[in-house]
Amino acid sequence: MENNLKSRREFMKQSSMLAGGLAAIPFASEAGSFFNTSADDAIKVVLIGCGGRGTGAAMQAMLSKQNVKLVAMADVFRDRLDDCYKSLTADDLSEDLGIPGNIKNKIAVTEETKFVGFDAYQKAIPLADVVILTTPPGFRPIHFEEAVKQNKHIFMEKPVATDPAGIKKVLEIAEIAKKKKLNVVVGLQRHYQNSYRELYKRFKDDMIGEFVSAQAWWNNEGVWMNPRKAGQTEMEYQLRNWYYFNWICGDHIVEQHIHNIDVINWFKGSYPVKAQGMGGREVRKGKDYGEIFDHHYVEFHYADGSILNSQCRHIKGTMSKVDEQIVGTKGTIFCGNMNIVDRKGKVLYQFDKNKENDPYQSEHEELFAAIAKGEYKFADAENGAKSTMTSILGRLATYTGNVVEWDMALNSGLSLQPTHYAWDADMPLKPDANGLYPVAVPGVTKLI
Amino acid sequence: MISIPAGKFTIGSKDPMAESDESPQKEITLSPFWIEEHEVTFAEWDLYFKDNTLPQSKKIDGVTRATPQYIDMTWGMGRAGNQPTNSLSQQAAVMYCKWLYSQTGFFFRLPTEAEWEYACKAGNNSAPDIKGLADVGYSKENSGAKFHAVKEKKPNAWGLYDMLGNLSEWTIDQYDAAYYQNISTKDPATTPGPKYPRTVRGGSYLDDATELRCSNRIPSNAKWNQRDPQIPKSRWWLTDGMFVGFRVVRPSIQPSKEEIEAYYARYLK
Repeated sequence: MENNLKSRREFMKQSSMLAGGLAAIPFASEAGSFFNTSADDAIKVVLIGCGGRGTGAAMQAMLSKQNVKLVAMADVFRDRLDDCYKSLTADDLSEDLGIPGNIKNKIAVTEETKFVGFDAYQKAIPLADVVILTTPPGFRPIHFEEAVKQNKHIFMEKPVATDPAGIKKVLEIAEIAKKKKLNVVVGLQRHYQNSYRELYKRFKDDMIGEFVSAQAWWNNEGVWMNPRKAGQTEMEYQLRNWYYFNWICGDHIVEQHIHNIDVINWFKGSYPVKAQGMGGREVRKGKDYGEIFDHHYVEFHYADGSILNSQCRHIKGTMSKVDEQIVGTKGTIFCGNMNIVDRKGKVLYQFDKNKENDPYQSEHEELFAAIAKGEYKFADAENGAKSTMTSILGRLATYTGNVVEWDMALNSGLSLQPTHYAWDADMPLKPDANGLYPVAVPGVTKLI
Repeated sequence: MISIPAGKFTIGSKDPMAESDESPQKEITLSPFWIEEHEVTFAEWDLYFKDNTLPQSKKIDGVTRATPQYIDMTWGMGRAGNQPTNSLSQQAAVMYCKWLYSQTGFFFRLPTEAEWEYACKAGNNSAPDIKGLADVGYSKENSGAKFHAVKEKKPNAWGLYDMLGNLSEWTIDQYDAAYYQNISTKDPATTPGPKYPRTVRGGSYLDDATELRCSNRIPSNAKWNQRDPQIPKSRWWLTDGMFVGFRVVRPSIQPSKEEIEAYYARYLK
């Protein structure tokens, strides 16, 4: 008995060490590379948006089990592109991946296929079979449009827009992508996470009965901030500090909290018809923090009267929680605990944490497997757009302090984008003489 | 801090529960040191983490502190001052030691595997008493799936709390299953190599009680930071290492300034 236990533990230790960060990575072969690839039949990948998340997504694509190569990169900033290229071509990725090795022979990007500038994406996309769209979300609609126009399969990060006009465009393009049978995966990775999939299965099997209400949280201390540097144009500053400007970020209710809101939409099987809520800038103020709020609390109403209470906060020293909870007539789903509990507190189902996967890797595994087999399997863009729209609806509700209807907001034509993208563009949002930006005031700010 | 006298002990175990990496047993001689009575708490960590005079940086370097957590890495288990700080990389733990040194002038560092095991065994090299374990540590069996405030359980013979269970604790050493074959018998320490695997000790609130043994050696794993979607991944936080914490040691004989600086440079590379 003891020996069996012991050998099981030793086996777990050894297998987990070998597997490292990746479930089934091929072992290091020649010259420290994880892969042997032949150039000609490889799936060609192009990366648009070379920040930390773009680098991560490109890495995950390269680590998928298919024969994949990165052939071009695009960003508005040369330094971001260079940092990304350096990370992808490093000799040893053990600090990130857990075992020594590299993916150098999958990176076929040359100086000629590194594109910099606002139009860089137009030059890079033609070289692709698959396009990875990982810029900040304000650019997503035009990038998605171009990729579909050029018949590319797509992985794009959430959110997929920052304003209703952008959502409209993404919904239109999503229809065209479906007609063209282009696979589109959106980085709402909980859809690709085992625990959520198992909870969803049991929800559909009626384990909690009918959907009554839901809670969603993204409360934490906030994110990075890049102060203004001398010599930056207003466009460059806003891009370097993009989290704090709505045209490019959408506010944290859109940029982060979409994950939790989207889970509720997914289980509910529909999208809210209206929202109302409150929010503001209580603590995180000042010229370094653009225009976004530091807290939002929104009630989203679905057509049948069920309600999602959603809260997100970026305030240090307050309760931190990123989670979702769905209340049904017979029980409650606790996504963070990965379990389902009945009305009396009895645990009806508990997901085994050892069976959890890396959803960021899985979304690429599944996408590239489908592409390699010539299958059409993924059409995430419509849900990506509608869950993004739900988050935008929340922002419009907290900014105005009034009830905002889905149809009215979506059809409003509201666009936050500058008239054109250039370093010297006339930005819609400008600082005042003290460097402060105008901020929404509930009760005063109008939707349009 | 508790003063640990210089002395000899037998590293490893031949207990039926022991794994192959706990052999061969060797007699080890250690110089005296101080070790923290409990796992580093949020109250202690926050003196560093919330020191607004220090810049926050993604890179681990000389004068920085950790970046904000993108998600709540206590995972709802609480952040009270007497709870142990968790989800930290080994480098973040070493940065905390370096910050302590900058504040006090005393050399703080992580324990070596040998120091940690010596302090855990506290003069008793016999097989673990599984029956009494619930009195001294939190494992899966009694934790309620979360970590607890430090010092809730009984201390060991040398007055150290939660050596077994609650959070697994970083040591400074590289994990090598064959380490004891050629281990130095006087103040042993490994040469740092890749960031994975390095060794944590003690087991945690998520582990079976059988993992909570002084001689048990647990290799770190890149899966402990799996949910970080960016590259480079965070050098500070472990998105899936919520069960990892640390405690600090201070050698009784302070090394020279040059040696101290070389130590931090070596482990923060």
